[in-house]
Amino acid sequence: MPKIPLKWLAEYVDLVDPAPEAVAAALVKVGLEEEGIHGGAVSGPLVVGRVLSILKEEQSNGKTINYCRVDVGDHNDPPGQDGLVRGHKPDHNDTFPPSRGIVCGAHNFVEGDWVACILPGGVLPGPFPIGGRKTYGHWSDGMICSAKELALGDDHTGIIVLASPSGASEDLGYDADALAPGQDAIALLGLDEKTIEVTITPDRGYCFSIRGIAREYSHSTGAAFTDPAAMAVSGTASDAAFPVLLEDAAPIRGTVGCDRFVARALRGFNPGAPSPAWMKRRLEQSGMRPISLAVDVTNYVMLELGQPLHAYDLGKLTAPIVVRRASAGVDGTAETLVTLDDATRALDPEDLLITDSVGGHGKRAIGMAGVMGGLDTEISEATTDILLEAAHFDAITIARTARRHKLGSEASRRFERGVDSALPPVAVQRALALMQEFGGGEIEDVYTDAGETTEIDPVTMEIDFPSRIVGMDFPADEVVASLEAIGCHVTRLGDELAVAPPTWRPDLDAPVTLVEEVARLRGYAEMPSVLPVAPPGRGLTHGQKVRRSVARSLADAGLTEVLTYPFMAPERLDECLVPADDKRRKLVRLANPLAAERAVLRPRVLFTLFDAVRVNLGRGAQDVAVFEVGRGYLDTGTGVAGLPAVDGSVTDAELADLDAALPEQLRMVAGVMTGSRVPAGWNQPAAAWEWSDALALVETVAAAAGVSLTRRADSYAPWHPGRAAVFALPDGTPCAHAGELHPKVCETLGLPARSVAFQVLLDPIIAFTEGVLVAAEAVSQQVVAKEDFAFVVPAAVTAGALVSVVREAGGSLVEDVRVFDVYAGAQVEAGHKSMAVNVRMRAADHTLTAEDVLSVREAVIAAATGQLGAVLR
Amino acid sequence: MSDLHPLDADGVEAAVAAAISAFDAATTLDELKEARLAHTGDKAPLTLANRGIGALAGPDKATAGKLLGGARASIGRALAARTEVLEAERDARVLVEEAVDVTLPVLRAPLGARHPLETLQETMCDIFVGMGWEVAEGPEVEAEWFNFDALNFDPDHPARAMQDTFFVAARETDDAGAGLGGQAGETPTSGVVLRTHTSPVQIRAALERKDALVNEGRGIYVICPGKTFRTDELDATHTPVFHQIEGLAVDRGLTMANLKGTLDHLARALFGPDAVTRLRPSYFPFTEPSAEMDLRCFICDGGDTSCRTCRGTGWIEWGGCGMTHPNVLRAAGIDPDEYTAFAFGMGIERTLMFRHGVKDMRDMVEGDVRFSQQFGMEV
Repeated sequence: MPKIPLKWLAEYVDLVDPAPEAVAAALVKVGLEEEGIHGGAVSGPLVVGRVLSILKEEQSNGKTINYCRVDVGDHNDPPGQDGLVRGHKPDHNDTFPPSRGIVCGAHNFVEGDWVACILPGGVLPGPFPIGGRKTYGHWSDGMICSAKELALGDDHTGIIVLASPSGASEDLGYDADALAPGQDAIALLGLDEKTIEVTITPDRGYCFSIRGIAREYSHSTGAAFTDPAAMAVSGTASDAAFPVLLEDAAPIRGTVGCDRFVARALRGFNPGAPSPAWMKRRLEQSGMRPISLAVDVTNYVMLELGQPLHAYDLGKLTAPIVVRRASAGVDGTAETLVTLDDATRALDPEDLLITDSVGGHGKRAIGMAGVMGGLDTEISEATTDILLEAAHFDAITIARTARRHKLGSEASRRFERGVDSALPPVAVQRALALMQEFGGGEIEDVYTDAGETTEIDPVTMEIDFPSRIVGMDFPADEVVASLEAIGCHVTRLGDELAVAPPTWRPDLDAPVTLVEEVARLRGYAEMPSVLPVAPPGRGLTHGQKVRRSVARSLADAGLTEVLTYPFMAPERLDECLVPADDKRRKLVRLANPLAAERAVLRPRVLFTLFDAVRVNLGRGAQDVAVFEVGRGYLDTGTGVAGLPAVDGSVTDAELADLDAALPEQLRMVAGVMTGSRVPAGWNQPAAAWEWSDALALVETVAAAAGVSLTRRADSYAPWHPGRAAVFALPDGTPCAHAGELHPKVCETLGLPARSVAFQVLLDPIIAFTEGVLVAAEAVSQQVVAKEDFAFVVPAAVTAGALVSVVREAGGSLVEDVRVFDVYAGAQVEAGHKSMAVNVRMRAADHTLTAEDVLSVREAVIAAATGQLGAVLR
Repeated sequence: MSDLHPLDADGVEAAVAAAISAFDAATTLDELKEARLAHTGDKAPLTLANRGIGALAGPDKATAGKLLGGARASIGRALAARTEVLEAERDARVLVEEAVDVTLPVLRAPLGARHPLETLQETMCDIFVGMGWEVAEGPEVEAEWFNFDALNFDPDHPARAMQDTFFVAARETDDAGAGLGGQAGETPTSGVVLRTHTSPVQIRAALERKDALVNEGRGIYVICPGKTFRTDELDATHTPVFHQIEGLAVDRGLTMANLKGTLDHLARALFGPDAVTRLRPSYFPFTEPSAEMDLRCFICDGGDTSCRTCRGTGWIEWGGCGMTHPNVLRAAGIDPDEYTAFAFGMGIERTLMFRHGVKDMRDMVEGDVRFSQQFGMEV
């Protein structure tokens, strides 16, 4: 996001309070959020120095180190009577002309060069306080600074040379005659200048410029604004200038790729002329690297006005320039372009190209419009004749090309958000004038202005519309004044306004967009706060209540809720022994996963919940009981969702098609438990989490959801085939599994042996219980009778079977049947076990008689014996 | 000792005195029992004397009966009184002896906990349910149309690019040319994404409720919490899976002042009666005018330039909001000339972070139970 040097900003708008924080606050008010304030992080002494001598010494590590004596004026070591200075220990035996000793590892400078030295007591950005120290066998009083050390740029390949009178070193272009040893370099280098970085929302493309920010600052504070683009363009637009043809045969979404192309020549330019130091400094403060005068000027004007520019070497161009889409190429070979960065780009037929006519009309691509220029026609150190381009490109065309080629540039960033279509001739004029000022040459009197821009349609708005939308009163005069302040042309037609937006505000395309302008110029802070009254609501839905109840019950049962990512490796299903034909293999796959190995969505919550268990075990926990309420995703939809119209004409059938495209995404709850459920304590022995606890938690969930489930043994991954149950709704729909995990799964996933788990599909339970009201039965006042039975049964007979036989046989008098003891061992015949059940009986209308109880007893024994081969012990 | 004669008044009085003094001398209930047996048992002088009444002549019988009856009553009262004293002493002693160490651990099993992101969502929903709003939900894997198009995201909007949105892969068996909804120039996709915000639920809720709006004049007031996804790598302040809560109100004559009023109410309910909000202009495709919503830093109240919660700015960025764009209402089949609407949304993670001083987002997502356990059952 753009960095705005405040001194530059102040050239076009009066800063009411120049403190960066105050400028930031003013910009926030109109919608430009501060991202940071930069600069001002260097404190002195940072001074100009002249390198008097360089003593090169090779070190044992192979590096050559320079011991430099630098004349820093008033900061030199104190001279002796002979006028010479002596160094600090260990250089105290040598004498030098007035100077200070500094050790430097860079080699891009020579004796006589002017440099910037930070001396002891100074502080570099970091902050790094600088002191004198002994190093490489010398005493070094600070450093000769690089651009990076001063936070002026990224360059750390050498130190900054301010001026090189001998011409032997590459310098920043300062006038050596104007420099004095010991002069403050902080002000000289602009290091005391602050830069404010702001976020630009996508509707404000014009704010990618000093011009736009200055205008917004003026809106916020009322300060006087001078439009840097308000300048007369000299010369004439003429067909006699360099011919440019706009030939877009395939506009995107009905908009041509280029509707204005201004080109103008500068001849006799001195390509060796340096950029002025102030320009380089502002470029660096704005985050751009100075390159050469011509390139620096194009960037400078872009930063100032917001219009991207491109300079061609006129001598390398063959007229006419043709702006067209890339050709699809014959036999599948795409057209290519070698861009400025020396990369060969295969072009897409949607890419808009600047071409010239080497080899035929529009045959040679010389740039990807609005994104990056071509290498062939780039200006070089030898270019004396320049053709400067300023064009107006379609935002979508440029955005697609930049994205397609992953080539975001300063130019594309601006075009994507929209550039003022009135700028091209002005920007060219401004840029060529700067090039001429610092590099000489003649600006051609005629220039090309091809194409025709369409005016932005005026918006009609009722004058009280802003008041109605915002909920505060905006007098008509204020509405008009605000819209005019942002550059609109406003015509009053009775109760309505016809508002023609300025060329830099293509986003103002509807009355509501004008409301925002009126409101923000008043300031959002002025808005009243009025709580609206909603109609009476229906409260939480059944499903929402059930989910809360389930989560709370599990937490009450000692489990901790966690949230895991739904991203999963498909191999997790193999680790969990899920069979190849299992429904859970219908995985939803991501086109662009964060990690290639986790490219699918979990089909069930349990599969990713294991990860949370491992995290806790890895951090030293031994007893872990976690649960998660979330969704599992199955690729059961049609898989392709269309894009119906957004004008309100969408039909129920189209909406149904959208829903049909989506994967199944059932809500469910899963839990994994390992270690001790009850730790050993002073009043109890430890109890481990075991299979029955997992089953019990399913019953807890079911109770919280208001349903009772049936269960039977089931073999289902990832559970132990002999120690897990499937649960079903009263209508037989399976909806839960629980039990001990398969020993192999525990081993593969690194879970302790005999870890247990459950998973309950909540959506089917919620659907089943939705709207079902409990029909209350009267509570019997009669006395209860209890009877115990101990049966020896074949080992295969389950408790569930015994209970259901007993219940059935006992008939309506039986209130509850409960297995209270199971025994297999020496006292019982091999292949058999003993199960003891307690039966509670009660009648609704009378106290049970001895005969009643006896008849139940006999019926129970007969049924158990007959149906299960049970023997009463 | 010689037998006590039933008519020996002095003797009886002495026997009573002896009994009372024996009772008084007893320091335990056992000693009292011995004293009782000695003075009222079968062999006790008074008992024997009582037995002798039968042998007396008529008038003497009555005299002796009265004398001995009075004596027995006196002894009984003394015994009862002493028993009460000694029993009270014993009870007091036993209660002291039975005292336990109440600082021993008493939870037989550790307590569980809810995840604070879930309970905070519920808390925020409850604030709105209390105002009559309803909680609306929708799918997490969502059609692009709901996630983008219906929300006025242009097909070329940068947010639709691959770098922000998780796209569901097109099935290999599907027509490779599908390309539906995929950004031009990107890999063809299924038109299905992991929703990048909870805003698609606004469209679903509006579509479901628009008939009641038009026919019954019942304004739509919904709050939409849930999981959202963006392709951010996990770090201290970003997570690819996060939670949002959004509100949508559609009614006749709703204004931006109503939006501000709603946000102020939420802020006060969550952060206390002194909470202050600030709106500043911003941009979202689905609202116009749009605003960012900031909360006055409730740690430093804007008074500390080194405050770590607000980074010295005095304001905490909380969420985005605005007046729902007419195109969005239109997509949901609602006439923007008849009805106006506002919408707002904020991140639950962010809200939890600054409300509870959570420093690192990774703590919320890694599944370490110690994080949830700090919060217990409610936030």
